[in-house]
Amino acid sequence: MNKEFDYNVLDEILKEHNYDESHTVTILQEVQAHYSYLPKEAFPYLAEKLGVPEAKIYGVATFYENFSLEPKGTNIIRCCDGTACHVRHSTDVLEYLRKELGLSATKRTTDDLKFTVETVSCLGACGLAPVITVNGKVYSQMTKEKAAEVLKELREEN
Amino acid sequence: MEKKFMYVDGIAVELNGEKNVLEVIRKAGIDMPTLCYHPELSIYGACRMCMFENERGGLDAACSAQPRAGMKVYTNTERLRKYRRNIIELLLANHCRDCNTCEKNGNCKLQQLAKRYDVRTVRFPNTAKTDVDDSSVSITRDASKCILCGQCVRMCNEVQSVGAIYYAHRGSHMLISTAFERPIAETVCVGCGQCAAVCPVGAITIKQDTAKVWKAIADKNLVVTAQVAPAVRVAIGKELNMPEGTDVMGKLVAAMHRMGIDKVYDTSVSADLTILEETAEFVEHLGKNTGMPLFTSCCPGWIQFAEKKHPEIMPYISTCKSPMQMLSALIVEQQKDCEKKHFNIAVMPCTGKKFEAARSEFTHDGKPDVDAVITTQELIHMIRTAGIEFDTVVPEAVDAPFGMFSGAGVIFGATGGVTEAVLRRVSDDKSINAIRSIGNCGVRGTEGVKEFTVPFNGSELRIAVVSGLGNAEKLIKQLLAKEVSFDFVEVMACPGGCVNGGGQPVTLENAKKVRADGLYSSDMTNTLKTSDTNPLMDKLYADYVKGRNHEMLHVHYKHN
Repeated sequence: MNKEFDYNVLDEILKEHNYDESHTVTILQEVQAHYSYLPKEAFPYLAEKLGVPEAKIYGVATFYENFSLEPKGTNIIRCCDGTACHVRHSTDVLEYLRKELGLSATKRTTDDLKFTVETVSCLGACGLAPVITVNGKVYSQMTKEKAAEVLKELREEN
Repeated sequence: MEKKFMYVDGIAVELNGEKNVLEVIRKAGIDMPTLCYHPELSIYGACRMCMFENERGGLDAACSAQPRAGMKVYTNTERLRKYRRNIIELLLANHCRDCNTCEKNGNCKLQQLAKRYDVRTVRFPNTAKTDVDDSSVSITRDASKCILCGQCVRMCNEVQSVGAIYYAHRGSHMLISTAFERPIAETVCVGCGQCAAVCPVGAITIKQDTAKVWKAIADKNLVVTAQVAPAVRVAIGKELNMPEGTDVMGKLVAAMHRMGIDKVYDTSVSADLTILEETAEFVEHLGKNTGMPLFTSCCPGWIQFAEKKHPEIMPYISTCKSPMQMLSALIVEQQKDCEKKHFNIAVMPCTGKKFEAARSEFTHDGKPDVDAVITTQELIHMIRTAGIEFDTVVPEAVDAPFGMFSGAGVIFGATGGVTEAVLRRVSDDKSINAIRSIGNCGVRGTEGVKEFTVPFNGSELRIAVVSGLGNAEKLIKQLLAKEVSFDFVEVMACPGGCVNGGGQPVTLENAKKVRADGLYSSDMTNTLKTSDTNPLMDKLYADYVKGRNHEMLHVHYKHN
């Protein structure tokens, strides 16, 4: 057990789900909602309380794209790469953002933990393609230039 | 009742409660190929090798399809052969293809199927990446040879309740992994080796210690001694041209002498010693009324399981060393004054024994009591390397002084054996009829859970015998919840006991029984039936133990 880690957060989530193994995905979602990622310390604790092997919880967490095992930045930028966005050059926007922030497909978060750039398969806003979201807010018909402005604003805010 | 039939390649096969189409097809004499199917594990349906074609041209996996009366299936159509070749080719695309230097060479299901379906070229570039985890002293994992059939995962989780490995990641990144890809030695793995036993390829193999043994044999300055566990003698023959389940101890002794091992001893001797010590402990335990049973301590997989998952029951596990460690202590004592240095080998049915031998509790002044543990599989390999034609070897006797044992000692290799030996010891009536009736009280059989009572001192003893750690887990939960209560519980980590150990040649269900029967027949032909009638015991206590029972025969595991 890590003494610096606050297990109360996990306890509350677990209690709400009655320590039910079949709620594993929801529990992981709520843990992630709290920390913005899944901290390593949570795994052995959840495993013990749910009566599930740690390896299995790790399997669930790595199966779903939505779960992250690494801390995320304060600003989370999601670039849609669904069909509609893709044919309208979403890749240009994505590549611009990655280049600008020094990120890649495997390195998604900046070292100063300010920005995370992820792709999503469809945001359901195909009419506005290409679309990105920044901390949940939708930006439509994106171009490199517009993305540059968004980045500038975010950097000024922080 | 009216008979129901299914038609396999046009041949009528009577349905008799088969659980899937695969069983019906195999009943028709068709060796349907499978990679992910194991009759004792849940159905996974991932490899698609067992696909059949129905009369409408539809395809389905035989392992997961339910048999129906009147069903017509085809198992060898042009389309199926093509699909199977494709599957094998794709598996080989990211599989290490150094078959010559692979431990599973000649014994690999993927290799056999590639040959059977004439896969001569692989059209895809090889993307296998070597990723070897040799952190465990019991097993080695090589991800480049893994075909993701999931048999190890299901064995580890469903049957053993250990859960050290699981499927992780997704799609082309999927792998069988520990949590956070940690080295397997740092996980809850107990080293039982059942994953290696079900692995159809070379992805999980037994850690090899044969080189160490050969080196010791070649060293003229060493006295090399070896002990052979009860379960080895009935499991080794089949691979060496003898019938499955035959007790070939005499031939083994001869072969090992020929290989250059100076003295070959029998672990059944210390099994007898275990019974004397453990029974005394049991009688004392009964008087204490702890509300918990006394658990057996012979099995290293079980000890690690208890340490890692249920440290609260450690106080109720017998303090007796395992027979391997007891005999090692005696052999070390015997060799103490010898001018030459001593190398001590143990031949075990078990991968977990490799871990046990390396434990700090069994190491004295930096030297382990057992220098090398080799499994039955490794010994077979050594006999082959030596070129010994096993079936023609003339049997020899086990070396003195560790050669005389009772039938109670030899049945340790089957689930229930330890319990039966204890019951023989505590029984006042040692007549052959009494011994026979103990054997019929419910203690024998390959079932994973056996619960029964036997009369004792005017009341009765409540006994549970479990094999397979999943069954142990269930029982511990019931005991802790006070739903059940027992006086004595025998646990063996491997389903069926040591005859089906992780280091034994791979077997299916019926072989467990055949091997166990081999041990029971060795017991029947043994003059001595109970451990306390073994005249060697007094001599061992007088010449070697010399009152140091606690130091030489018992252990308190430091919860490491």
